[in-house]
Amino acid sequence: MAHTLPALPYDLDALEPHISRQTLEFHHGKHHNAYVTNLNNLVTGSELENKSLEDTITAVAGDAGKAGVFNNAAQVWNHSFYWQCMKPGGGGQPTGALADKINADFGSYEAFVEQFKAAGATQFGSGWAWLVLENGTLKVTKTGNADLPLAHGQKALLTMDVWEHAYYLDYQNRRPDYITTYLEKLVNWDFVAANLAAA
Amino acid sequence: MARSQLLSLLASLVLLLGWCPLPAWADFALPPLPYASEALEPVIDATTMSIHHDRHHGAYVANLNAQIAANPGLTELSLEALQGQIADFPVAVRNNGGGHWNHSQFWTVMGPVGQGGKPSTQLLKAINASFGSLESLQTEFNKTAAGHFGSGWAWLIRKPDGTLAITSTANQDNPLMNLEGIERGTPLLGLDVWEHAYYLKYQNRRPDYIAAWWDLVNWNEVNRRFAAV
Ligand SMILES: [Fe+2]
Ligand SMILES: [Fe+2]
Repeated sequence: MAHTLPALPYDLDALEPHISRQTLEFHHGKHHNAYVTNLNNLVTGSELENKSLEDTITAVAGDAGKAGVFNNAAQVWNHSFYWQCMKPGGGGQPTGALADKINADFGSYEAFVEQFKAAGATQFGSGWAWLVLENGTLKVTKTGNADLPLAHGQKALLTMDVWEHAYYLDYQNRRPDYITTYLEKLVNWDFVAANLAAA
Repeated sequence: MARSQLLSLLASLVLLLGWCPLPAWADFALPPLPYASEALEPVIDATTMSIHHDRHHGAYVANLNAQIAANPGLTELSLEALQGQIADFPVAVRNNGGGHWNHSQFWTVMGPVGQGGKPSTQLLKAINASFGSLESLQTEFNKTAAGHFGSGWAWLIRKPDGTLAITSTANQDNPLMNLEGIERGTPLLGLDVWEHAYYLKYQNRRPDYIAAWWDLVNWNEVNRRFAAV
């Protein structure tokens, strides 16, 4: 069963003016799509062909000889997850059980924001910033290139793409402005809360 | 104190500060582009060049200088010598020192279309010996540059045994660095394949950027680097 590109959960211009239609056209239609195509080309005819995306990732994680499969499979997963982490009119503070958990594990929402901003800004080169659940505790992490919490025994709750292609057309070198906008205007806390509830 | 005395005291202070030698944190400097920011059009647009040089390269220089206080040994090393000892320093020095060297190199190995000359007889001889032909070198270089996953650089290097090779490094690492996993050698030609180098004009089409970039290569500078080994 071939891997497929999921549709964006909103219109291409739904995140304007924070993330432009042009950025999403390339990011979803070209980058994400290329990872899907590359992955299918790499696994077709191999013992990985009929594995689910997550099983494929865990099967090849840490195997240097399968870096191409890992990179493309993980990038397919990361982007599918990233689209759901945003919504038009999102951002601001979470509520309910998620807010309580953030306060309990980070001390305050502001402390979480500080850590998440730092993770995104200091991920040198291409990569991702994450809110994860590890052994029942919330934690902010960052990963390089395609790497992801699934390869580290953590449950992903929220991610932010900090590859330059995610923000360069809209923010150029100003990654911190993209990060601030992501937190204040885009985060879909309902999705994060559902991920926490399901963990 | 009278107002006039105060003003004259302030003026003396300004004068005094102006005479002070530059503080240590100004040790590394952003070199100006060796051509106008629009000189590489249409292959690389002026906006990309000015953001890339002024903002990205500028930030590497500023962040490297910010490391001097915690790493005073930096002031005793040239930028080039630092690369070969990078393993002795924290990762912030590796990232920003590499970023400074790599970009300084990058500006000099490019020039306006049609003004880059061609490989010297000696360089061409070495190219033919290692790759068979210049075309084969370019094919292998393009494959390495396009296939490098994530941010990084593609390089033509002269290895310690005298042969030439193509390699790539992640993020702001380079072939001069004394780090595990790096194929070491003298960089003759390095291409920036961070997305910031081409995204405004080429977006996801990295192979198009690489193919077009060969028209910019300043072979005169590559020849000089080869002869200097
Ligand atoms: Fe991305
Ligand atoms: Fe660059």
